[in-house]
Amino acid sequence: MSIEQKREPILKGRNLVKRYGKVVALDHCDFDLYPGEILAVIGDNGAGKSTLIKALSGAVTPDDGEVSLEGRQVHFHSPNDARHAGIETVYQQLAMSPALSIADNMFMGRELRKPGFRGKWLRQLDRPAMEQFARQKLNDLGLMTIQNINQAVETLSGGQRQGVAVARAAAFGSKVIILDEPTAALGVKESRRVLELILDVKSRGIPIILISHNMPHVFEVADRIHVHRLGKRLCVIDPKNHSMSDAVAYMTGAKEPEDEFEAA
Amino acid sequence: MTDTDHYEASVREKRAETVAEFHEDRSSPLSRLQHALHVTPALVPLIVLLASIVIFGLLLGSRFFSPFALTLILQQVQIVGIVAAAQSLVILTAGIDLSVGAIMVLSSVVMGQFTFRYGIPAPIAVLCGLTVGTACGFVNGWLVSVMRLPPFIVTLGSWQIFLATNYLYSANETIRAQEIEAAAPILQIFGAKFQIGGAVFTVGVVFMIALILVLGWVLRHTAWGRHVYAVGDDAEAAQLSGVNVKRTLVSVYMLSGLICAFAGWALIGRIGSVSPTSGYDANIESITAVVIGGISLFGGRGSIMGSLFGALIVGVFSLGLRLLGADAQWTYFFIGVLIIAAVAVDQWIRKVSA
Repeated sequence: MSIEQKREPILKGRNLVKRYGKVVALDHCDFDLYPGEILAVIGDNGAGKSTLIKALSGAVTPDDGEVSLEGRQVHFHSPNDARHAGIETVYQQLAMSPALSIADNMFMGRELRKPGFRGKWLRQLDRPAMEQFARQKLNDLGLMTIQNINQAVETLSGGQRQGVAVARAAAFGSKVIILDEPTAALGVKESRRVLELILDVKSRGIPIILISHNMPHVFEVADRIHVHRLGKRLCVIDPKNHSMSDAVAYMTGAKEPEDEFEAA
Repeated sequence: MTDTDHYEASVREKRAETVAEFHEDRSSPLSRLQHALHVTPALVPLIVLLASIVIFGLLLGSRFFSPFALTLILQQVQIVGIVAAAQSLVILTAGIDLSVGAIMVLSSVVMGQFTFRYGIPAPIAVLCGLTVGTACGFVNGWLVSVMRLPPFIVTLGSWQIFLATNYLYSANETIRAQEIEAAAPILQIFGAKFQIGGAVFTVGVVFMIALILVLGWVLRHTAWGRHVYAVGDDAEAAQLSGVNVKRTLVSVYMLSGLICAFAGWALIGRIGSVSPTSGYDANIESITAVVIGGISLFGGRGSIMGSLFGALIVGVFSLGLRLLGADAQWTYFFIGVLIIAAVAVDQWIRKVSA
């Protein structure tokens, strides 16, 4: 950990506060993501994980505190702001339009237009380019043997959809990728495939924030684990030095973290 | 990781899975048909349309199966067809627009009254009418997207408001066809006829077909078109993917209002006069055409060509049954059957085999 702390975090949150009426979802919460790592965020239901992630991805605007990306303070007012800054989020509900094709979904909100008159004046989409790019990205991540990139997303299995969502994030997320419960709805084999995808994305040097309830998955892929409790960061632990039961004990409050691992 | 964590080892070693493989197994002709319909939703109404033309053609012979009769159907459905195009856009976003008929009549009344009451040059009055239609659409769109009110309720209210405004403003006055013909023939331009062989076309018919083709292209080949589908499919997912849902919705309702105003202009051409009491049932007729055309009322599915086919099916049935000498109620009877059948087919298509 000492090595990591010498580096500057790529994404940093300080003193984040978010209230929903009387409920304090984020209570002066800190957050650090270092370059090239997989940081897991765990916490009990209602601990404020989702709100933290939404604050980082622009889906909610924190009432107080600041977020900085690569040392510069940023203010996200919508997921689009975060996306333009290079932070891609794969939401638990995947945020895809089931009736539209894989290629359409990958480019939703940032479509490519044809060059020249047809693109500029008729605003025609450059379908061949979009399809080729989508195919390329899916192939990069080993989602091989795609016969029909124009297949509707609803005809895909859960794992395939997750694969497309991760591929979309990896294709456009230049700085940070946030994955919210990527394996929650998947079977064992499909989860395995998605975990491999996550490691594959990491090997490309893009840091990942992984929110998950699945301890074996978290302990398998994460470099560090951010334990969230009662709206703030309780501690950050190294999965190599802690067991899963430790992590669960910290996040449920059954056990207090030792001082040496307290990063807040 | 500890030893107990190797419970997935068997899965990891046995890499037989092909999770992300995109293969298409077509087991039966039925599922193949389902897939085809899923890809091309306008196929069902097209088949029904062609079948009904053939059946009525066999029953009635050349009385029905002539260029004149077939193009007469086009003339009879032109207003509904144009309004159905507007309705399709709204329904694709999982909304509904009950005020389309009211916007159409209000726009036509504005065009007529501006010309005759205030003496404004007819082309400018037409522009004013088109603006009023777009503004009506904007009100609907703003209430639906920004105020987040249900489209059904919004347009149920605005239907009454626009229709009442239409009666109040026009003072229930009809502008007669002869007056328009003498003073402002541009108002009737959509009624201008031309013949190709025995076939009779009007400008309104050509406009309807061109409008559907253009909208079909825009929906398929522009980002805006894809966004319309995405918003109708799952508005929240579209928002998270980076679509500006509010702007898309407002633009859809505004475009719908503009198209309805064009329908109002075409209405003057069709009936000759400007009457505040005409076209009152265009909303229900347009929804009928859209539903029979295979566009899903739940949004995000269907093609705009389908709504043209839907309007034509209604036209074929009403003309065919009239020529057969049947009671006009039989038309409504069969239209009712078609509506329910169309929704049943839509539900079946939605059950895509994974």
